[in-house]
Formats: sequence, structure tokens, C-alpha cells
Amino acid sequence: MSLRTWTLLAVPGRAEPAAKMRLVLLLSALLGASLALETFVGHQVLRIQTRNEEEVRQLQLLESLEHLELDFWISPSAPALPVDVRIPAAGVQSVKAFLESQGIEYSVLIEDLQDVLDKEQQDMAESAQRERSTSFDFSSYHTLDEIYAELDHLASEHSFVEKIQIGESYEKRPLYALKFSTGGSNRPAIWLDAGIHSREWVTQASALWIANQIASGYGSDSSITSLLDKMDLFLLPVANPDGFVYTHTWNRMWRKTRSKNAGSVCYGVDPNRNWDAGFGGPGASSSPCSDSYHGPSAESEVEVKSVADFIRNHGNFKAFLTLHSYSQLLMYPYGYKCTRPDDYAELESLGRAAANAIKSVYGTTFQVGPICSTIYQASGGSIDWAYDIGIKYSFAFELRDTGRYGFLLPATQIIPTATETWMGLRKIMEHVLKKQD
Amino acid sequence: MELPPAQFPSRRAAAVAVAFLRYRRGGPGRALRLRELRRARTEDIKDVGHKYYLELELEDVLDKDSTVNCTAEVLYHLGNKNIAPDVQFTLEGELKSTEEADHVFYTRIRSLEKELVAENIPDSHGHVPPELEPLHLLAWVASGYLVWQNSTENTQLQLAQIKHVKQVRRSDEYLQFDYLVLLHEMVSQEIIPWEMTVLWHPRDGVRVTRESRQPGHTSG
Repeated sequence: MSLRTWTLLAVPGRAEPAAKMRLVLLLSALLGASLALETFVGHQVLRIQTRNEEEVRQLQLLESLEHLELDFWISPSAPALPVDVRIPAAGVQSVKAFLESQGIEYSVLIEDLQDVLDKEQQDMAESAQRERSTSFDFSSYHTLDEIYAELDHLASEHSFVEKIQIGESYEKRPLYALKFSTGGSNRPAIWLDAGIHSREWVTQASALWIANQIASGYGSDSSITSLLDKMDLFLLPVANPDGFVYTHTWNRMWRKTRSKNAGSVCYGVDPNRNWDAGFGGPGASSSPCSDSYHGPSAESEVEVKSVADFIRNHGNFKAFLTLHSYSQLLMYPYGYKCTRPDDYAELESLGRAAANAIKSVYGTTFQVGPICSTIYQASGGSIDWAYDIGIKYSFAFELRDTGRYGFLLPATQIIPTATETWMGLRKIMEHVLKKQD
Repeated sequence: MELPPAQFPSRRAAAVAVAFLRYRRGGPGRALRLRELRRARTEDIKDVGHKYYLELELEDVLDKDSTVNCTAEVLYHLGNKNIAPDVQFTLEGELKSTEEADHVFYTRIRSLEKELVAENIPDSHGHVPPELEPLHLLAWVASGYLVWQNSTENTQLQLAQIKHVKQVRRSDEYLQFDYLVLLHEMVSQEIIPWEMTVLWHPRDGVRVTRESRQPGHTSG
């Protein structure tokens, strides 16, 4: 098929009928392979205005010179009609020189054809994307903007869901959370966050799915309904937005925040070594270049301080739950010390129940235990801080997998991971609710 | 002394054993991973090191129903961090043959007109193009060597990603792939770039002939 026909079909109009758009997409898919073999960088399309028969004949002569590889989109036929011709980059100057020497008028319709093609591809992809996704695709990984747009969407769809701003990141991005509340005034609440370590993409993705699950389950799911009838839930799906954007734009393996470290070329602090719980102790690094750098002081990271302030000011949180990946672990305090918390027996028992609930879905096994003996000693962690300020039910999840894909968990596993994780969270939340009476 | 499987010392030792085993028994058509750590015992051997006795159940990632039991011993040497742990294992039963898949892969690569080059496997979204899956498995198998050679009781290494792989044509019958991989060290949370040259032949299995840890992944 000649390029001319394809381009005429593909000229984008806002009111392009859907069928025609699909035809265009099909054609471009077919052509995509062939177009990939050729590029049109530097090719120009000229519109030539012939004034008489003589000029038409000149152009017909030009057309016959095959070695020039001219592609006439509108062939020379009669003086009244314009002649459109695509000229390969190498021939542009000489063809123009020829036309000028003959006194034939022309204008440049397209300066660089490749630019036009690139833009059209992009427009079509975006249009197709808009057509396809009237609802959020939970089974793929999203950008920060897409996630924030979905938070808006959920809040607008449900009267008991509100988008709130907890604070701002180092690079001034908003920290948006969803507040699920069916009433009351400062009800006892549950905290859930994800993505404090930005490369752990399955956590932000799971948090979105879980948010949707809770929002759409109120009124139909008895567990969610009884929970939200008595308690509020706060869900922070992207606890480290700067790091998250960085994993999309520069380095998929980025873990920390993106704060500038004084006197160092290295950026960022491990936000899960920055809480005021055994801060600076074993299991955290004092080197700014380390991926487990604890930072200059506890809550030095605005992302951490914002959450800590919010929870302190609220004053009525009963559970603090945080999602990480990978390793398939379900842990409770402590990480900064290897002694058992006072509520060890209850937390161990609840952890096991939650792990069993997770396993019941797809057979995925989670190891249960305190951080220090289950994964490693680590100081300055969030659930230790939460526990030490009196939030008894503090758990950290490490989601799928155990290392085959690690941080790069295939998108096809997002929904299975979210589904099984939700069963574990639910178990914990049900227990917390029961203990409110 | 009996160890709870939920606690990290036994799981780290198991990970080393499985990495070594994966290297010795794996290929582009077979990669074994730990399904369950059944039992772990540790022994302190005076002036030598710590020895772990493990009972494992392994599964074939390409055929989850195919499992095999295994006993393994891992000895971490005292003091000198530069000696790899000693690993021994005994598999109970046979592993499924991968002769046909191996032959298909071998022939496909040998008949390529241009040497294969690829990057970022898996990509950011965890996707691996199906035709590159054997190369992904091969890297995971070969990285078992890196993990084994560089493990201590205070580390837990995993393959995080293949940044770059390049086939190198040889005059002998072996396939050669030069990889740049990223390893993830769980305890420090560092990402470590590592180069490795991998040789493979259906008859001989996988061999890492050259490996070189690269300067740190930028924290900039």
C-alpha cells in the first residue's frame, strides 16, 4: 500500500468515527512492520502549483526519473490541480533548485515526514488507550499520575471515600491517601500504606486493587461493611512518590527517597530506617550512598514525618499495616531489637491466621514472625514506631515472590497477589474490629 | 540444634543450597527453586565454621507439579569471607529430561544469522518475551554460581534483572553468552552489577567461566 493512501486516512480528526479509527489502527499495525524497515527522517512533502501545460510536462518528466525515488501523492495531470510529492532527504535540495530554476511555485506541506508519523502513532495509541480504558486496569502497572487519577475516581464514585493530602514529598509532590469513613467523629482507625520503597511496584498496584475492593464492597461484603460501620480506614498507596517517579523515569531499582544528602553525591534516605524507633541502631547504614541509609536524624524525611505527624495528630489509630515486596513474609515488631514485644503471643497467633488466609487462595506461603528473627535486624522501621506509640496491631507484609522475579513481578501476578494479600489484611482487620468492643 | 524454618538463618542457608543446586542441575529448559524448607539443623564445628543440615522440597519453575525432595549440607567457613561455602546435596529421584527443549534452543541459537543481543530482562513490568525465556532461565541458573561463590551467613543474594546479554559465537560446540546482571543483596538492600560469561551445551550443562563484580549501582 502506498504511503500516500495511509497518511490521508490517518489525518486525525477529533470526530473520527470509531470504525474508521479501528481501520486506521489495523492498517498501521500492518504497516508498522514495513514502516519499521524505512524511516522518513528528513523527507519533505512539497505542494507544487502549476500554472500551465508546460509546467505540468516538466513535472511529468521529473516523475519519470526513477532514480530520484520521488513519491507523487497527487500526480501531475492538469494545470489547475496541485501536485503533491514526497522527496527523500537526499534529493530535497536539488528538486527545489530545479523547481526554482524553472520558476515553478511550490510550498512545503511537510517539513519532516518522520515527525508527522511519530506524532500520529502517538495520537493513535493515546486515543486507543482512552477508548479501551474507561475503567482502571488493575492488572497492569501505572504511573503516579494514573494512580492519583484513580484515587480521584474512587473518591468521586463513593460518598464514604475521600481523597486527602497527608503532606508533600521532598520534590513537592502531594502525598495523597484515601479516607474511608461512613460517619462518626474521629472513629478508631486502621492505617494501610504501600510503596514506601519505590521499586516494590506490586505494593502500590495491590493497594489500588484493595482500595477498589473496599470501596465497592461496602454494603455487599459483610466483613467490609461491619468494619466501616464502626471504624475508619486510611490508605496511602504511594508513600514515596519521588522514588516512584524515579523508578519510572531513571532507575527501576531505586528504593529510597530522593532527598539531597548534604556533603554527598548520593541521594536519598531509606524511609523505612528513618522512623523514631531505635533510630541509627544496627541494621541501618550511616552512609548516604547505601540503600539502607537511615538519614541524618529520625523523621528527617518529609515523607516519614508527614505520616508520623498525621498519625500522632489523629490519635485514634488501632492498626498500622504496611506493604513491601518481596519475600512472602508477614511480620510484627520488633526489628530494632531482638526481644519479643509484650503482645507477642497475640500478634504471632493473628499473624498465623492471616498467613493461613493468604494461603487459602492460591497456596502462597508466607513465613510469620518478628522482623528481627524473620528477615534481619533493622532499626528505624515504621511498624516498630507504630507499636511503640501504642498501636498494638502493627504488621509488615513482604508480598510475592521469593526471588524468581523479585521486584520485577510480572503484571499478570498483580491481581492474584492483591487478592491473597487482601485476605490476610481482612483477617487482621476483623480481629482489630472485634477487639474494639 | 534444630532451627525454625521461619527464621532467616536456615532460610539463607537453604537459598545458598538451592542456588548451587540450580547451577549444577539447571539449563535454559530447567530451573529449580525452593518450594518448602522442611527441616533445618545447625552445628557449630570448632575452628571450622557453621554447618547447616537441610531437608528441602524443590519445584521446577516450568512445571510446578514436578517436585523433588532433597537433603543438603551447607558449611560456612569461619573467618575468611573470601571462601565460598561448601555445599553438598542429594536429590531423591530423577529430574524430568529437558533434552527436547534443550535441542530446540541449541539449534535455534546456532542457526541465528546475527548474534543475539537483548536488554532488560525482565522489563520494568516483569515481562519477558517468550523467545527470551530460555535466556532468562539460563541467567538465573548461572547466577546460582555467583550466589554460591559470594554468600556468607550475613548475605542473601538473588538475581534481580539481566541488564544486557550478548551472544558470542565460538568455533567449538558451546554456546556462549556474556551477561551483565544486577544482583539484589537482601540484607544490605544493595543492587550489585555483575558481569558473567556463561557457557552451555545440552550435554555438559551450564558453566560460568568468567565473572566480575562491577562498581556499585549508582546511588545518585
